[in-house]
Amino acid sequence: MNYPINLEEIKTGFEKKKNLISRRITVCGGTGCIANGAMNVYHEFINLLKSNNLDVTVDLKSENLKSGSILMSESGCHGFCQMGPLVKIEPDNILYVGVKKDDVPEIIETTIINNQLCERLLFEEPSNGKTCRGDEDIEFYKRQSRITLKNCGNINPNDIDEYIYTGGYSAAEKAYLRMTPEQICEEITFSGLRGRGGGGFPTGKKWQFAKAEKSDKKYIICNGDEGDPGAFMDRSVMEGNPHAVIEGMLIAGKAIGADEGYVYVRLEYPLAVKRIKQAVKVAEEYGFLGNNIFGTGKQFKINVMEGAGAFVCGEETALMMSIEGKRGMPTPKPPFPAQSGLWGKPTVINNVETLATVPYILNSGAKTFRETGTTESPGTKTFALTGHVANTGLIEVPFGTTLREIIYNIGGGVKNSDGSIDPKGFKAVQIGGPSGGCLIKENLDLPLDFDSLKSIGAMVGSGGLVVMNHETCMVKIARFFMQFTQNESCGKCVLCREGTKQMLALLDDIIEGRGTLETIDLLEQLGHAIQKGSLCGLGKTAPNPVLSTIRLFREEYDAHVVQKRCPAGQCNALMKPHIISELCKGCGVCMKKCPANAISGEKKMPHSIDEKLCIKCGACVSSCKFNAIAIGA
Amino acid sequence: MNKSSISSARKFEKVCEIMETYSYNKNKLIPILQAVQEEYRYLPEEVLTFIAISLDLSPARVFGVATFYSHFALKPKGKYIIKVCDGTACHVKKSAANIEAICKRLNVTLDKNTTPDMLFTVETVSCLGACGIAPVVVVNDVVHPVMTPEKVVKIIDEIYKKETANELSD
Repeated sequence: MNYPINLEEIKTGFEKKKNLISRRITVCGGTGCIANGAMNVYHEFINLLKSNNLDVTVDLKSENLKSGSILMSESGCHGFCQMGPLVKIEPDNILYVGVKKDDVPEIIETTIINNQLCERLLFEEPSNGKTCRGDEDIEFYKRQSRITLKNCGNINPNDIDEYIYTGGYSAAEKAYLRMTPEQICEEITFSGLRGRGGGGFPTGKKWQFAKAEKSDKKYIICNGDEGDPGAFMDRSVMEGNPHAVIEGMLIAGKAIGADEGYVYVRLEYPLAVKRIKQAVKVAEEYGFLGNNIFGTGKQFKINVMEGAGAFVCGEETALMMSIEGKRGMPTPKPPFPAQSGLWGKPTVINNVETLATVPYILNSGAKTFRETGTTESPGTKTFALTGHVANTGLIEVPFGTTLREIIYNIGGGVKNSDGSIDPKGFKAVQIGGPSGGCLIKENLDLPLDFDSLKSIGAMVGSGGLVVMNHETCMVKIARFFMQFTQNESCGKCVLCREGTKQMLALLDDIIEGRGTLETIDLLEQLGHAIQKGSLCGLGKTAPNPVLSTIRLFREEYDAHVVQKRCPAGQCNALMKPHIISELCKGCGVCMKKCPANAISGEKKMPHSIDEKLCIKCGACVSSCKFNAIAIGA
Repeated sequence: MNKSSISSARKFEKVCEIMETYSYNKNKLIPILQAVQEEYRYLPEEVLTFIAISLDLSPARVFGVATFYSHFALKPKGKYIIKVCDGTACHVKKSAANIEAICKRLNVTLDKNTTPDMLFTVETVSCLGACGIAPVVVVNDVVHPVMTPEKVVKIIDEIYKKETANELSD
């Protein structure tokens, strides 16, 4: 290979090879699809294509690539994990969903050999039952604007040439050969790019601060410690388009004058770790990383470090402590990392999605970037849409999109626990994970961006959107998040360490029927105290889910403490199971199930429950085939 | 030399090899501990002390790091580590019922989470990023999508079956 690398040469080379291919079958190789057996599907395709005497290749670089071959490739996460494994066939533009190993012979016979569609494997819209041929026909994809995720699911993450073919590394080349650090910082500042990790701090400004520092050594850190439960944007980007992250880091390196970078990835994401490590290795081979980048004599190297299971390490100062080999405890700011970061050197820490967006901005210009999104929050944001919604998965929409559009059009509506779509089922959306808050019906038409969310006491956070239906108890959800932060509090600040524990105990009191109105007041007081008395973002935001649910669902808290009733019927201790005599057939199943012998009654006559003996375990409710046992008050 | 000291000498040999790959760099304490745990499935106390001395760190510092991160285990773990995801998406889709079913089947609790035969360890994790296929359970490195109490118990039963078959063939 000649250095510096000629991107145009690689592009034309790739295109030539690509034109030899008659068809491309892409199997999604994201975590979700692999769990559903995608790799079995992949290998079955190769075996059966071969046994049908069709030329098949897995590598465009192979020497004896025959014209008319079929290319079998693996892609990163498409974001539509629930429908996996996904199989895409081009140029036919077909997307098959939920493909099992046993479906492969039919696909080869019908589609590959006879050019027909396998109707039964196409996606069916949950709202109207319409079948969709390709991803452009599916509402879930049609209504998104994919910029950062554009390549995820389309390119082979292990093939650097394909990334280059789609325009990859041209932004880094531009930055190293034709732009000064000032120009790069200005372009990013002008684009209005804000940190996608949750804080929303202007990225360009962060870079300018670090650039202004005089130091013999500076660092770029990519924060891939995506610990928010319910969020998996960064995982998908690292799995599906790892080179974009590397390119973003390279550009940041030139902008601030850093020659070394770290990618800190959660250990819970083994596939992301593998793909990033592989991508770094290949980028080194191509000379994008190393001692003479694009022939400029500039150096940049990237280390990949795996986390060890501490949520607080997503906080930037704690993350740096962890890289230094210490307990991941946050330190006070100032000094900010841009002044004194990793080993006391100026450091820029950006989130995965932010860095992956940088190459796009340099390529298409800050002005184009500003055309999507809102004035104060330009561009797009990826969200992980999960919970009680028909289509779960990863979505990318412009800032300013409403919740209604996301849940009802992209998400296909709210689901009941039995899986049916319920037009009136929406109760709330939890946004921003354990640091965020809830959005309710009244917020459905609010354009989502950093500032609008802050104004109603929520935050973008890392972008987890968990949809909850009317069967969800908000006190229990608040308790769930409280337990999470209490567990993950590093223990440095007393108010966070002890306060979260007390808040959790107070929530338990409410859920288990010991709460009073004072308990709710105390929760609020303590919540505000923790916000004031904690050093880092974890503690400052830990009370948010509780405070936001108290504010929005006060009547639900009141019902728990005053009437000792859980309106959603989810809190066992507040259950008052009683038998509806019109529905009871007197079969005696519940009587046998009851561990407290609280149910009595004659055979084939309506039974009854003795309230004094009932331990409210709910065993009778789940055992009754006739739905004759109600749990409400 | 008795048998146990031979095995402990071997133990330290492997630890030395690992530290060697990281050039005895104390900043690399976390990757070193990860590699050691990969080898032994947990961090034995004497190994931690040995690492501390070799890297010129205080044992307190090494223990501090080992106890801070949830990935590190100071007690031996079972051959099969069952991680039940209890992230938000899995939680709202009733992962609690799966945890209960697993603990009941293995007769363990989340505090005493390893079976006496050292075959299983049960852990909960906060999010595996596989929310689209919630609720998930991971056994060693295999992700099982859309789990129910019946399905998890079946997975455990199958492992038991496999293990008994192995034992018989041994």
